[in-house]
Amino acid sequence: MAHMNMVQALNSAMDIMLQRDPRVVILGEDVGYFGGVFRVTDGLQRKYGEHRVLDTPIAEGGIVAAAIGMGVNGLKPVAEIQFADYIYPAFDQVVSELARLRYRSAGEFSAAVTIRTPCGGGIRGGQTHSQSPEGIFTHVSGIKVVMPSNPYDAKGLLISSIEDEDPVVFFEPKRIYNGPFDGDPHKPAIPWSSHPSGEVPEGHYTLPIGRAAVVRPGSAVTVLAYGTMVHVAAAAVRLCEIDAEIVDIRTLVPLDVETICESVCKTGHCVVVHEATGFSGYGAELVATVQEGCFWKLEAPIRRVTGWDTPYPHAFEWEYFPGPARIAQALKSVMEEA
Amino acid sequence: MAQRSRLHVPHPPSRPGDKPDFSYVRLSPAGAVPRPDVTATLPEVEGLATALVRVLDDAHRAVGAWNPHLEPADLQVGLRHMLLTRVFDDRMQRMQRQGRISFYMKSTGEEAVSVAQGMALLPGDMLFPSYRNQGLYVVRGRSLTDLMCQCLSNTHDMCKGRQMPVMYHWASGNIFSISGNLATQFPQAVGWAMAAAIRGEDRIAASWIGEGSTAEADFHHALTFAAVYGAPVILNVVNNQWAISTFQGFAGGEHRTFAARGPGYGIPGIRVDGNDFLAVHAVTSWAAERARLSGGPTLIEHVTYRASAHSTSDDPSRYRPKDEWRAWPLGDPIVRLKQHLIALGEWSEERHSALEKELEAQVTACWKEAVSYGTLTEGPTLDAATMFEDVFKHMPPHLARQREQLKALQGLEPPKGSPAQKELERQTRSLAKEG
Repeated sequence: MAHMNMVQALNSAMDIMLQRDPRVVILGEDVGYFGGVFRVTDGLQRKYGEHRVLDTPIAEGGIVAAAIGMGVNGLKPVAEIQFADYIYPAFDQVVSELARLRYRSAGEFSAAVTIRTPCGGGIRGGQTHSQSPEGIFTHVSGIKVVMPSNPYDAKGLLISSIEDEDPVVFFEPKRIYNGPFDGDPHKPAIPWSSHPSGEVPEGHYTLPIGRAAVVRPGSAVTVLAYGTMVHVAAAAVRLCEIDAEIVDIRTLVPLDVETICESVCKTGHCVVVHEATGFSGYGAELVATVQEGCFWKLEAPIRRVTGWDTPYPHAFEWEYFPGPARIAQALKSVMEEA
Repeated sequence: MAQRSRLHVPHPPSRPGDKPDFSYVRLSPAGAVPRPDVTATLPEVEGLATALVRVLDDAHRAVGAWNPHLEPADLQVGLRHMLLTRVFDDRMQRMQRQGRISFYMKSTGEEAVSVAQGMALLPGDMLFPSYRNQGLYVVRGRSLTDLMCQCLSNTHDMCKGRQMPVMYHWASGNIFSISGNLATQFPQAVGWAMAAAIRGEDRIAASWIGEGSTAEADFHHALTFAAVYGAPVILNVVNNQWAISTFQGFAGGEHRTFAARGPGYGIPGIRVDGNDFLAVHAVTSWAAERARLSGGPTLIEHVTYRASAHSTSDDPSRYRPKDEWRAWPLGDPIVRLKQHLIALGEWSEERHSALEKELEAQVTACWKEAVSYGTLTEGPTLDAATMFEDVFKHMPPHLARQREQLKALQGLEPPKGSPAQKELERQTRSLAKEG
């Protein structure tokens, strides 16, 4: 075991996969010589050479298209899109090509591409470096969508994603690259070394895609969250002293309906949290899932706590961010309505 | 006078009722363009982007440095492939008009592009076609019955009923799946070629798009990535003058040739007579050899003409002169190769007619076999529950649940085409009449 932050854990996952599987290649803007603007690919080009770790032109559509072609030719490309906000030029290649290639060719062609991309706000990134577009991709048939909340999960899930035979969009919540951010920007940063999930095996291991994790057992209310919001929800639970069960969704597609419904049927209450805008957001899918699976056990309406339905504003990011106070308020109201 | 800016809105030289006018197509005499060595530097090949490589002259002889000196037997094979492509296209068009298939796209007038290129490349080379490259399938020997079954979405459909007609694929024949979204395959071919180079193979990739879709960002991505990494790929722009109703001027063709985009990226561009089988073969061999020698990509513009409608859903008489093709200065690729072979003493009108009859019979036999596996409107049909397969490699729980839901619904209704369902339809019809 070693202490790793999320950047190091992700780097370790790619290091191991480059070592184990000659088909694995890394490509993206600034990922090679420089090691990535968030340092996630640091040292990999030096170690594996510039045919395995490629700096690319600034063209997200070209990066994903090239990765698809490489995948068709038997490689396992891991493409980095520098910010999730930059993924839209690649949207057609992801949605119309990557996601549907196996389907449209009745299984004759496929491309096992992993797209890694940092998402989420709270870094003074304004409306073009803060978005959480996961719901746009979960709506597309044929791609798996993953978002880890800690270094241990990040490494295990990234290795699983690279080994997976289907395309995966792997969102990395950049606010928790260096520590488990609890939603209060004024408190000093907590490093991952002080968190149990910052303990990461140095070798190869995988976590199953399609399995959620109960990160805090409880009996009163179920909180469904993923990425940064798992830690913010935990802070909210401490704040309002309600015995909440926190389920970390971890893999948005495929969704672990069983773990979610088991928890909500036990607690009879549910709050859904994500940082992305609420309207038509992924939380609506979670609410529908809970409603279908747990309606007769529910004792109060399900509540959603999300980013407001506005672009992410630079100067007001903490007013935009669904912080502990808003989540605590939702938890209290769900319990009071019961 | 006050200064003001004005938009230039491109107009084709002729519209319905006008006399066709192709004076804008710049031609070079056959044999006039020099053939640089395949290792030539970019400045040494820049002239190829604006000239027009032609081999067949007006007397049907093969002339000049680009003459590929193919054996008459190879030329006869090329003629057979082009003719089979045309006969196949004509049959499928008729079948669409009879309501047997939902849609079709002919490649009439452009057969030399796919057939000559398919023959110039090696079987291991990976092809990323557009939707008008059926000649590639003919060259590589895919059974026409298989292509027809795809168009019919029947029980033998390679796409299992998931794709519109003509969106074929063939993994073991090294032909990539056709998307339907334009130009997406262009940068994918570059990625495939990069992987071939990373793996140290001598296989190369080739891709095709129309001149209209060079306007897509994917074209720019493809050329940028191909140039940056020197990818072993041949990027073909099939300039057939028309993108549905918009002429090539709407993709910027009025100002520079499409081949000239290549040098702008640091890639050789070759403008070739796309209706000259020998010229297309020669420039493709040049580009392929260059790519295999680590010389990197080549952009080829095939100057040709879309003789048919864009698709069976299109009506070109609404936007271009009816007889425009007859005025096309580069003629018909099949007629030109036929006349060349006759001039060589290796072909005759009689042999040509006999070949046409033979290929018609072949296509008829294939069609008979294909419809025996079902059509879109009459059984037998594929089980609709197969629609849940291949979304992922392994079916996740939510899709398995939906498949069970569909199966439960299917259990409630008689299957399509079954006697019970036909009886139900009959009853519905007679009820409607009574009503």
